[in-house]
Amino acid sequence: MMDYSSLLSEAAVSLKPSGIRKFFDILAEKKDAISLGIGEPDFITPWHIRDAGIYSLEKGFTKYSSNAGMTELRQEVSKYLNRRFELKYDPLNQMLITVGGSEAIDLAIRATVNPGDEVIIPVPSFVCYGPITTMAHGVPVYVETKAENEFRLTPEELKAVITPKTKLLVLPFPNNPTGAIMEREHLEALAEVLRGTNILVLSDEIYAELSYGRKHVSMANIPDMYERTILVNGFSKCYAMTGWRMGYVCAHADIVAQMYKIHQYCLMCAPTVSQYAAIEALRNGDADIAMMRGEYDRRRKYLLEGLRELGLSCFEPRGAFYAFPSIQSTGLSSEEFCERFLMEKSVAVIPGTAFGKGGEGFVRICYASSIERITEALSRMREFLKTI
Amino acid sequence: MEEILRLLEKDARYTSKQLAAMTGQEQGKVEEYLTQAEADGKIIGYTAIVDWDKVDKSSDLVTALIEVKISPQRGEGFDRIAERIYQYDEVESLYLMSGTFDLAVFISGRTMRDISSFVFGSLATIEGVTGTATHFIMKKYKEKHKIFEKQEEQEDRLLFV
Repeated sequence: MMDYSSLLSEAAVSLKPSGIRKFFDILAEKKDAISLGIGEPDFITPWHIRDAGIYSLEKGFTKYSSNAGMTELRQEVSKYLNRRFELKYDPLNQMLITVGGSEAIDLAIRATVNPGDEVIIPVPSFVCYGPITTMAHGVPVYVETKAENEFRLTPEELKAVITPKTKLLVLPFPNNPTGAIMEREHLEALAEVLRGTNILVLSDEIYAELSYGRKHVSMANIPDMYERTILVNGFSKCYAMTGWRMGYVCAHADIVAQMYKIHQYCLMCAPTVSQYAAIEALRNGDADIAMMRGEYDRRRKYLLEGLRELGLSCFEPRGAFYAFPSIQSTGLSSEEFCERFLMEKSVAVIPGTAFGKGGEGFVRICYASSIERITEALSRMREFLKTI
Repeated sequence: MEEILRLLEKDARYTSKQLAAMTGQEQGKVEEYLTQAEADGKIIGYTAIVDWDKVDKSSDLVTALIEVKISPQRGEGFDRIAERIYQYDEVESLYLMSGTFDLAVFISGRTMRDISSFVFGSLATIEGVTGTATHFIMKKYKEKHKIFEKQEEQEDRLLFV
């Protein structure tokens, strides 16, 4: 018998598995279940984009692409970033097409973090930054954002955790799970702290297109921040293309050169069929984004209104497709709330604690779901709250 | 407020409360607007899209598109003849068309025999109608943005991101 405990990577073993797996085992068995748990558009990829993928298969374009991604696609990404966010990235040496935004995050962290380097991660946030840092033998340093600051990272909070070992600041806005955004003035304030340091910024802007009522500002738009920012974005959320696994990362050519090697040895290239679909998305998909953003915005207002009617306080989410109401008034912990709500009323929402410290007392509700489902979930929540 | 009309076009069953929440308006304002829009004829009516094949598999009721050629009448153009056609209860929709024919008449929920007798007995004999061509609809795929066949759902989906 082999003793695996002595054979496995200590870093890998130290990673905690997702604590909410059990929820989904319960969910799978419930017939009348409504899941507002998954952070995924309920739209299917627009037909013209799917068609472009199908057409590439018909033509037999099934071989590897160049490592960095098809030149044509990188040129389109470059044009898109310029058109939408006034950003300038050279498609030839400042950009890689990745297997989803997740790979882009992995590359950014692995290409920059040395053992012992600290990575500042605002929480609650998407779950991957800490584990990837750990696998790179870096040290995650979590900063709790606060509801009273609308879950933004403040310059004071940032300043308080910077040490000589700080290598990277992760900036995940618009934010999953809180829906918080950082506007230009808030980014300026962080930039003021970062100027004169050697700290790099990993700006995960995967929800950039899903900002409501105001245009997204990238960290790379802020004076002096461009050269230290590694920009991550992708196609999953804005074009409803989660299963295609298409993302990209943009940065200074010296950083991209390192990420390139890791990408080359691990993934070779992003799926070719997905790259053809992505070209079509960038060329002719602006209207699709606008349509979906409009839909999400209506659902956002609808859900927010419903939660407030139920007496749950919820700060207004301005980005992504999540609401993050406080459930403290129920006296239940986030986990208890979610487990009981699922068991008793068959509705799945995610405990805030799944997204790190600071999530206790909150639950994440994804509103990328039909009005009918949101309505039904709210009415079940009303019944549920009565029983507590 | 036009957004409300677009939402109702997608789903006429949205309540004024839901419409108000989705568009960030007051419920009272929405109701006022809808009452006015109905009075002004901006909203003509509310209907359901029914797949009758699912209701009665053995049904012999069909839908037809009838192309109608007409000669326009002095002073009245096409409107007078169109009016004489749409007065028939059988006629579900009627459009004036550009191209090789003039009016497109849709009739549904009737037997083939009913439709034939309508075309020969009523439609073709209207003064000014110079020709008809009847096409039977064999299968409905999509109507008003709604797809008739139930769409397959992807299995094995990730449950947590």
